[in-house]
Amino acid sequence: MAVKVHIKTLNKEVLTQTLQSGGCGECVTSCQSACKTSCTVSNQSCLKK
Amino acid sequence: MAYDFSLLHSFTINDTYIVMDINSGIVHSLSKEAWDFFKAWEKADGDAREAVTELAEVYDSEELKGIHQEMEVLKQEGMLFSYDEALDKYELPEETVVKALCLHVAHDCNLRCTYCFAGTGNFGSERGLMSLETGKQALEFLFKACGPRKHIEIDYFGGEPLLNFEVVQELVHYGKARAATLGKELKQTLTTNAILLDREKIDFLINEDVYMILSIDGRPNVHNRMRPFSGNKESYPLVHKAIKDYVNQQEGDTYFVRGTYTHHNLDFSEDVKYLIDQGFTQLSLEPVVAAPNEDYALKEEDLQLLGEQYEKLAEMLFEYHCRSKNVTYFHYNITLDKGPCLPKRLTGCGAGHEYLAVSPKGDLYPCHQFMGQEEFKIGNLTQGISNLTIGKGFRKAHVLNKEKCRDCWARFLCSGGCHANAHNFNGNIFEPYRIGCEIQKKRLECAIYLQVKKWEYNSLENIK
Ligand code: SF4
Ligand code: SF4
Repeated sequence: MAVKVHIKTLNKEVLTQTLQSGGCGECVTSCQSACKTSCTVSNQSCLKK
Repeated sequence: MAYDFSLLHSFTINDTYIVMDINSGIVHSLSKEAWDFFKAWEKADGDAREAVTELAEVYDSEELKGIHQEMEVLKQEGMLFSYDEALDKYELPEETVVKALCLHVAHDCNLRCTYCFAGTGNFGSERGLMSLETGKQALEFLFKACGPRKHIEIDYFGGEPLLNFEVVQELVHYGKARAATLGKELKQTLTTNAILLDREKIDFLINEDVYMILSIDGRPNVHNRMRPFSGNKESYPLVHKAIKDYVNQQEGDTYFVRGTYTHHNLDFSEDVKYLIDQGFTQLSLEPVVAAPNEDYALKEEDLQLLGEQYEKLAEMLFEYHCRSKNVTYFHYNITLDKGPCLPKRLTGCGAGHEYLAVSPKGDLYPCHQFMGQEEFKIGNLTQGISNLTIGKGFRKAHVLNKEKCRDCWARFLCSGGCHANAHNFNGNIFEPYRIGCEIQKKRLECAIYLQVKKWEYNSLENIK
């Protein structure tokens, strides 16, 4: 019988580690107001990766 | 404390059980047993034995202990209950460079949208168009102010920028040529209501790689109600045709179709569906932001219904995914891996320091929403930024410095909301706009839920 998987982890990249490595600023700006493209910041991708 | 459950956010949508580790951004999808254990464990303040006893009649104790072990391993690996002291001490660097400009090339508009924050395009002052000379000066300002940054952006905005199309054309050419000489990657975007978007303009914008933000609100009656011509004449037929022509002609997803929903169409998932049925596959619908006394403003009591709509939308998008129909709904396109770094998440929109708006006459403001408000004017193109305090203040207003955001589970996904909304509603950029927060949080839960569903679906497909 297959062992039931109880916890599935979707992503592996630990955000706090990017405090030191990040901040190059090459990513696009992200206005959150209704009249613009209104990006939530988290839906952008990082240009370095 | 060994187990601080405030470091986690747990929620369920339609039999999917999700726990997110807030600081690491790691998302876990739990089985029902694991969820029940997790909840009992939380209730018992981290006492696993008590949680197992509590559930002894429902589940096999050995299985529960196994689940507990799995969670302990995740904790050790920094993926549950994670905490990094660096967060307590972290300060964003004070110095930044301007990397994006919003050019108000026309303070005038050919529509009379009810909810327009620009007061029918003129931002409360006289109507006017930006001259070519001012536009070029703005571009040169950006090329200089961006320093070593390679990727920079210009948004042609208004009012309605196509009312000043000749200047836009010249500026697009000028920007491209100068960027090539200087070795910069310049992204040019145009935000339009599409009324004047004819064949000739479409050809130009596509050939010159200008990204398009196209405004349409959804079903014809919904759109016409809020976005009429003067005299309350309907604009839908023209807008719909122009956007359709553009979308059919472009290749490679160079656009976003965007709209605004209000209290009058709380069933906005129908509008999303309608727009997708029109062949628009890159889209977003945004909640209106309006003074509470307006009849179209969103109200506290709408939140329940809106939450249900976001869930419905997530199910709909999942269904498209299963049918291999490629639809991108902006807010659900959340990047769990390879997303932006924490400094970026703290920077948010960058208004006032990384991103500025330029008036037709060349005055500088923190962003388009502050346009024309004298107390927020930070300089002009000739003298540069003369008031540095405003930009510094905006930069300080990040999630770790705002009381409400600091304790909010969504802080690193949301980045602290819109300063303009905070200012307009609470007179303070450190105090986010509540209804906006509630919608944001629900939307983020649904976005994570959709990612989990897609991930599980894709894993199953790979096994097949
Ligand atoms: S303050 Fe608001 S409107 Fe202005 S750039 Fe930031 S998110 Fe956009
Ligand atoms: S949802 Fe509101 S409280 Fe939470 S991080 Fe965003 S702006 Fe701050």
